[in-house]
Amino acid sequence: MRFSINGADHEIDFDIRTSLLDLLREHLQLTGTKKGCDQGACGACTVLVDGERINACLALAVQYQGRAITTIEGLGTPGHLHALQAAFVEHDGFQCGYCTPGQICSAVGMAAEARRGVPSVVTADLAATQIALDHDELRERMSGNLCRCGAHNGIIDAVRQVLAREAA
Amino acid sequence: MSALAQTSWRPDGASDPLATRHGLIGAPVSRIDGPLKVAGQARFAAEVSMPGLLHAGFVYSSVARGRIKAIDTAAAEALPGVALVMTHRNAPRMKPPALFGTTPEAAGASDLPIMQDAEIHWNGQTVAVVLAETREQAEEAAALVAVEYESLPAVTAFAAAKAHAHPPESVLGEPAVLEIGDAEAALAAAAVKVDLTFTTPRQNHNAIELHAATIAWEGDRLTIHDASQLVTMTAATIAQVFDLDPKQVRVLSPYVGGGFGGKCLWDHQILGAAAARLAGRPVRVVLSREGVFRLVGGRTQTEQRVALAATADGKLDALIHTGVAAMTAHNACPEQFTFPARHLYAARTFKLVQQVAEMDMLANTFMRAPGESIGTFALECAIDELAEKLGADPVAFRRGIEPEKDPTSSHEFSTRHLNEAYAAGAERFGWAKRSATPRARRDGEWLIGMGCATGTYPYYRMPGGAARITLTADGRARVAAAAHEMGMGTATVQSQVAAERLGLPLDRVSFALGDTELPPSPVAGGSNQTAAIGAAVIAAHTELVKALLKLAGNASPLAGLSTDEVEGRDAGLGKRGDAARFESYASILRRAGRDEVTVQAEAPMPLELQKWSMHSTAAQFCEVRVSESTGEVRVARFLGSFDCGRILNAKTARSQFRGGIVMGLGLALTEETLFDERSGRIVNATMAEYHVPVHLDVPEIEVIWTDIPDPRTPMGARGIGEIGITGVGAAVANAVYNATGKRIRDLPITLDKLL
Repeated sequence: MRFSINGADHEIDFDIRTSLLDLLREHLQLTGTKKGCDQGACGACTVLVDGERINACLALAVQYQGRAITTIEGLGTPGHLHALQAAFVEHDGFQCGYCTPGQICSAVGMAAEARRGVPSVVTADLAATQIALDHDELRERMSGNLCRCGAHNGIIDAVRQVLAREAA
Repeated sequence: MSALAQTSWRPDGASDPLATRHGLIGAPVSRIDGPLKVAGQARFAAEVSMPGLLHAGFVYSSVARGRIKAIDTAAAEALPGVALVMTHRNAPRMKPPALFGTTPEAAGASDLPIMQDAEIHWNGQTVAVVLAETREQAEEAAALVAVEYESLPAVTAFAAAKAHAHPPESVLGEPAVLEIGDAEAALAAAAVKVDLTFTTPRQNHNAIELHAATIAWEGDRLTIHDASQLVTMTAATIAQVFDLDPKQVRVLSPYVGGGFGGKCLWDHQILGAAAARLAGRPVRVVLSREGVFRLVGGRTQTEQRVALAATADGKLDALIHTGVAAMTAHNACPEQFTFPARHLYAARTFKLVQQVAEMDMLANTFMRAPGESIGTFALECAIDELAEKLGADPVAFRRGIEPEKDPTSSHEFSTRHLNEAYAAGAERFGWAKRSATPRARRDGEWLIGMGCATGTYPYYRMPGGAARITLTADGRARVAAAAHEMGMGTATVQSQVAAERLGLPLDRVSFALGDTELPPSPVAGGSNQTAAIGAAVIAAHTELVKALLKLAGNASPLAGLSTDEVEGRDAGLGKRGDAARFESYASILRRAGRDEVTVQAEAPMPLELQKWSMHSTAAQFCEVRVSESTGEVRVARFLGSFDCGRILNAKTARSQFRGGIVMGLGLALTEETLFDERSGRIVNATMAEYHVPVHLDVPEIEVIWTDIPDPRTPMGARGIGEIGITGVGAAVANAVYNATGKRIRDLPITLDKLL
C-alpha cells in the first residue's frame, strides 16, 4: 500500500483494520499526531488530507492511499516553525502540548474552510461568501479540538494573530 | 538569632534573595520546550519505539463485587498474533502496592492486590490482559475473553453508603473533626443565618493524553516510559510490588500530556510490567478512553452542609461545614472539602466535620484542588447567601470577616493579601455596576448576572527533593532533578530560577527532568513542585558556591569570603554589594584545572509549614448570561485576582491560572461522571459524553495578581497549579443567582435545573 505523507511516499503493509492514526504513530513513527480518545471526540489526531482537516482516528488507513496527507511534522520543525506554530509559542497556546498538534492542524484546515465560505453554527448569514473570523467564529470553529489544560485563550489569540497577518 | 531568623524558611534566617530580585524572575519567558511541543517532537510515553514490542488489550469486569467463576481465554489465545492472555491464574506473584501516604515513597492508588485472585472489587477492574503483535489483534482478542462472575451484594448507591458514614482517621494528616466553641448552639440562637445542603458529582481528570506506558525488562532491571507526575515514588512502589531494589526500576517521563492528579500509579503500569515479564518481551500499554474511566479514579461525589450564623454587625458567630465524601475501603483520599473553612474566615465558633462513606467502586483520587475546589463551592455560595440576608455586598461582607491570624490553628499567616486581591479585582471587573437585586439586567431572552467568590489553596512543600548542578568551564550550567513536566513549564521556570541565582543568561542554563536516574523529586501534586524543586536548586546552588570558593582558593579576589557573602552574577561569583571583588566561573575552573564541577544537594525539610499558616487566596469574578427560554448558561466574562506570592513567569503563570479557571467552568456547568447506582458502572466513559469546556465555552479570561513575595518560601513563591479552579464554581453559581434569582446548590448547573 502506498501513502503520500508530508510530500514523501511510503510503501507499507499492515493489518487492514489499522486507522490512519495508528498507521502514523505505530508504523511510521510519526508520533506528532496524538491519540486522545480514538473515538472522534477530542480532535487531538487532526491531520490534513488534501488540505481538509479530518480526525485520523476515524479514518481507515487503507482508504487514504494516494491522498496528500499532511501532519504536524509536515508543517514545520522546531528550527523552522510554521507561522501558527510560532504564534502558539508566543501566545502560550498550550501547556502540556498534547492537544497542540491537532489544534494547529485544525486551525490550518479551519482557515481554508472559511476562505471557501463554509458557514458555521454562529454564522449569521448562511449565504455570505465572505466569512469574517471574529472571536465567536474562531471559537466555534475550533471547538472540535479539546484542550484540558485550559489554553483556549492563548490558542485563539495565536490563530487570530496569524490570520490577521495573512489578511494584511 | 534575630526575630527574622526565627521566622524564615532558610536555616540562616534570611528570605530567599530571589523573592525580591528583578531580571529573569517574573519575566514572561516563552516555554523553552515550546518549539518541540508545537512541532510534535516532544516524546510522550506511548511514543517510544522498541524492537519486538507487544501491544496490550484490557478486559474489564462488568460486576461491582463478586468473584470470577470461570474465565475462558482459549478463543483469544487462538487468534493470530496473540502472545499470551494474563489472568489471575497465570499472573506473576506481586505484592499489593503500598498505599499513597503510608510511607514517603508509597504511590499506590489503593492497596488492593492486583490480579492475584478471583475477587472483584469494582465494576471495571481488569480481569485479563492480552498481549499481541498489533493493537488491532490485542483488542480483538480482548473482546473474545469470556468471563463468568459470581456476583455479591455491593454498595453502589451513595444514600446506602451514607448510612454508614464515619470520620476517617485523618484527613491528609489533619483531624477529621475540628470544633471551636459550640457552633450549633450559636446557630440556633442567631437571628440571621443560613443552613444549606450542597451536592457535587464525580468528575474525571480527562487529560487529553491517554494513560500509557512503554515497558521493558532486561533481566531483573525494569524500565518504564510512563506518563507520570510521581516518577520517584512510582519506581519505589513498583520495586516493592515486584520485590526489586528501587535502583532496578527506572521510570522516565519527560513529557506528560496533562495530569491534574490523574497521572499517578494505577493498575495499568503494574499489569503491563507483569505481562512483559511473563512474555519476556517489551510491552506498550495505551488505555482506551473508556479504560481510563475504568482504571483511573477521579474526584469523588460529596454531600456538604454549610451553616453560617451572623451577628448584627456582620461578623460570623458560627461557621459549620460538614459532609460526606464517597470513598472505598482500600484508599485514602477523603476529598478535604472542609479545608477552606479552616483558614478563610474569622468566626467565634467552628464545627468542621469530614466523613467518608465506603462504596464498592474504583478508588477515587486527587483531582485538581481535591477538597478546595468543591469545598469553596459550598462555602462561598453560603457566604453569598448570608451576605444577601444581611443586605451586605458580598465583597464588603468578606472584608469584615477577614481574620488576623489563622482562625483554627492560630498561626500567623506567612502573608495574606486577599483584601487587596478583592479590591483590585472588583475595580477591574466593574463590580460596582452589579445590581444586588436578581433579574435586574437583561438583553432580550438573556438574563445577565455577576457573582464573586473566594478561592484558596494551601502552600505545600513536600520533603524528599534534591537537585544537581553541573557548571562547566565554558560558563554553562546543567541543572537536573527527577521532576515532572505536564504543562506547568517546569524546565522553563526552574531554568529562570537557576539562571538568576547563578548569574548566567537563560540560554546558558538547561534543566533536565522526568527520569529517576536524576536526583529524586516528590510528587508533582499539591501545587508543590515549583517550591520543592526550587528549594532543592537553592540547596545545590549553596553547595556549588562552597565548592567554587574552595576551588578559587587564596589567589582569587574572592579569597576569604564565605558562601553567605557572595552571589552569582555576570557569569561568576562576586561579593554582595562590592562590584570589585569578582571572579568569573570560567576563570575559577580554569585556574583549578577543572572542566566542570558537579554538586548535588537535598532540599531542607519543610519546617516553614510548622510555624506558619501558608495559603494562597484569590478573588474570582464572573458574569453570566442565562437564557430565559432554555436555561442555558453562557459565561460572558471572568476575572481571577490572585495572591500567590511572587510570580516567577508571567506568561506560564497566567496560563496556569486560566487553566484552573477553565476547569472550574467545567465543574460549575458541565462536568459529571455518571455512576449507575444499580450496577456501579460509569456510563459516560467517553470524551463525547463527559463534557469538558470547549473553545466556545471559554470567554476571554482576565488574570491579575498581587505579586507580593512570601518571605517564608523559596523565591517568595507559592504554587499556582490548583488555586485557579477554587472558587470558580461558587462565582458562577452566585452569578447565576444574580441573573435568575435561582440558587442552584447541586453541581453541575445544567439547564434543566434552571427551567
